[in-house]
Formats: sequence, structure tokens, C-alpha cells
Amino acid sequence: MNKKNLISITDFSKEEYLRIMELSQKFEDNPNQSLLKGKVIATLFFEPSTRTRLSFETAINRLGGKIIGFSDSNSSSVSKGETLHDTIKMVSNYADLIIMRHPLEGSARYAAEVSDVPVINAGDGANQHPSQTLLDMYSIMKTQGRLNDINLFLVGDLKYGRTVHSLLMAMSQFKNPIFNFVAPPELAMPDEYKLYLSNKGIRYFEHLEFNNIINQADIIYMTRVQKERFIDPVEYEKVKNVYILKNEMLENTKPNVKILHPLPRINEIHTNVDGNPKAYYFTQAKNGVYTRMAIISHLLNLL
Amino acid sequence: MQKQLNVSAIKDGTVIDHIPTKALFKVVQILKLDQFDNMVTFGNNLDSKVMGTKAIIKIANRYFEDEEVNKIALVAPNAKLNIIRNYEVVEKRVVQIPEQVNGIVRCFNPKCITNAENVYTRFQIINDKPIEMKCYYCEKITYENEIKIK
Ligand SMILES: [Zn+2]
Repeated sequence: MNKKNLISITDFSKEEYLRIMELSQKFEDNPNQSLLKGKVIATLFFEPSTRTRLSFETAINRLGGKIIGFSDSNSSSVSKGETLHDTIKMVSNYADLIIMRHPLEGSARYAAEVSDVPVINAGDGANQHPSQTLLDMYSIMKTQGRLNDINLFLVGDLKYGRTVHSLLMAMSQFKNPIFNFVAPPELAMPDEYKLYLSNKGIRYFEHLEFNNIINQADIIYMTRVQKERFIDPVEYEKVKNVYILKNEMLENTKPNVKILHPLPRINEIHTNVDGNPKAYYFTQAKNGVYTRMAIISHLLNLL
Repeated sequence: MQKQLNVSAIKDGTVIDHIPTKALFKVVQILKLDQFDNMVTFGNNLDSKVMGTKAIIKIANRYFEDEEVNKIALVAPNAKLNIIRNYEVVEKRVVQIPEQVNGIVRCFNPKCITNAENVYTRFQIINDKPIEMKCYYCEKITYENEIKIK
């Protein structure tokens, strides 16, 4: 069986990344399609995530498909104790594709094994959320015109942040990236990722705070530094204002630089950045719809 | 002396030596020796020059495929097998950590789907000494000191 899934970002090859970029652009140019006409897509949200669900459901609607599913497990048979195995077995008999979010890690990989139809992982606990990475890449591609030679600043929680890890893995497939990690020691980029970059001969630099070096950035990818991540609350108090991006910090940055953020933002990007043309996070979220249209079309071979 | 030898010696079968004492029952579990009809003899807390104390298992009339016995390397990486035929050791083998470990070990990650549902676990060994194994499902690493047999 030649069923394709998207569970982890590394499931896709570089060629597939580029294919998704190309399709995303195509759908952005022509968002209303009928490629999914006559098809049923299941969106199974075993935990609520309104933002992600609406983005996927908009993508399905724009492609002309029909949706079945649930938005949290309380309204589904799961609350009656049905196993994931049985839910997926049942739904894969009804739908042409399953999009799922689940609090347990590895649940999407398991569902893909059980299901007869393709599965898209819309988040499995703290593990993977590959459509986010693809929309991040599309945002980079769109604003920089390329995925090669990008100087990428990753800021904030680089230890637990799954989005930054996936983005690092994906962007490492392209030529000459430079990674700059800006994080407190408690939330530094884990060694396994640094080792991965070293083994591939990719340059990276670590910084404890923003400094003049952000003037070299093409992309500044912000994430939130959460209090819960610190064992010692004093350490959090010390660094909580260090990783906040303010408009004045962007003064001497490159004209092409764009600020990305997976959203929701709390306070890590000051609202005075929002009006700056370098702020891109809201457009980035909008790009997610086109990228998700692209992922669905790719997995179902619609084009 | 003579009597003791009669109890422990086997005519044909496999002797698994150099098992860490705390791993004896895990080895029993992995090889499912509790379900064997053949004669199985255990010795635990035996003196060992190399290990201080060790455990040993003798299984009459039973030989193991590499794939089967390599599973015990997860808990007894230095185990040695003596293949016995007609009271003679005809072959000595060491165990090797397999590249894939399927269905034996529990994933250390409490939030892993394999700990919530009846999923056959799958790991890839990414380091042998000490053992580090990556779960195929949650992608988290289980380290040697965290290994629990399912
Ligand atoms: Zn796992």
C-alpha cells in the first residue's frame, strides 16, 4: 500500500518540502478550489486546539471537501473509553484522510499504522506538529524568496519548543543555513540538535541575549519563555524580560528581516512591533491555510 | 561434589553465563523461560571474578537463534552462551545488542501512546554503551538504567 502520511517533519524529503512550497503558492494565488469535491476529511481533535483546527478546516473548505469529526474528546466516543485504535479504525472506514491532534506522544504515528487512509499529525503532545513547520518554511520562502542561505535566529525556549526543533531539522536540508540560538541556559538548544548540525557541517552560534548580531538576521523566530519551565523561580525573574522583542531593537536590522512566531503570543513580542513591516506573525498564520491545502493535496495526490 | 555436578550439568542444551544478578529474572522474562517444559536450572549470587556476583541459567535440550537471545543483551550485555552437546561445550557465543528492539521493552515516556494502549513497542538502538533506544512512536529516548521489560 502506498499510503503517505505526515507525522514528523522528517517524513518528508527535501523535494517534498519544495513541492509543498510550490503548491502553497499555487493555492495562495487561487484559494478556491474543488479538488476535494466528493471527499470527506476527518478532523479528530482529542484535545482542543481551536487555532489549528480552524486553519485545517478552512483549508478543507477552500478545497471543496466535507468535514466530519470532533473538536475535543468530551464530545466523542473517546470519553466513553473507546481506544484510539478503535476510533481510528472506524473513522478510516468513513473518511478519505484523517487529521488528528492528541495529547499522547506517538499517537499519530500509531494511528497512521492502524488507518487505511493517510494521517496528518496536527500535534501529538509535545512531540511533533509538522504542518506548523511547513507553514514556517513557506513564510520564509515567501518573504526571502529562497530557503538556501538563511540566517535564522531562534529565540526563547529552545529546549522544549518543538517548533524550533522541527524548523531546525527542516532548514538543515537547505544550503548554507546559519543558526543563531538566543536562550537562557535553562532553555538552551539540546545537545542532540547541536550535534546534528555539527555532523552536517552547519554553522550555529549561541547567545544569552539579543545583541547587535541580530542585525545579520534574515528571520527572527520568537517563542515564549514560560515560567513553568524553570525549577528556580528566581532564575525566571532574572531572564523574563531578556527575551522580549521590542520595536527599537529592530532599528538597524536588515531590510528583509521578518519576525515569525507560532502564536499565540503572550508578551514575548511587544505590541509596538505589530505595526512594523518586519512583523510577519499574523500573515504567517494566514499562510498556514495555504500550506495545509498543499499538504492535503500532496498526500491525496490531487495534483 | 559428584552429586552437585549431576544437578547442574546438562547433557544437551544452553548455558547462559555472566548474567548480572539483578537481571536474572528479566532474562527469564525475556526468554519466557517460565513457560518452558524443559529442565531449567538457575543459579544466582554465584561468585564471579569479573562481576563480583553473577547469575547463570542452564536450559536442557534448547538452543537459541541469535535474534532470540540477543534480546537479553538489553539487561545482560556481557552474557555468554555455552552450547552443550553430550556434556561438552561445542560452541561459545556472546550476545550482541540488536539494532531494533521490538515488543520487549516499555517506553520510559509516561506520555507515550504505547503506555496508554496495547501497542507493540518498537525501538531503534542509537547507542550501545550505555544503551540508548529511541521509541518509534514518541521519538523519545529510553536510557539503559530506565529499561523496563514489558
Ligand atoms: Zn515512546
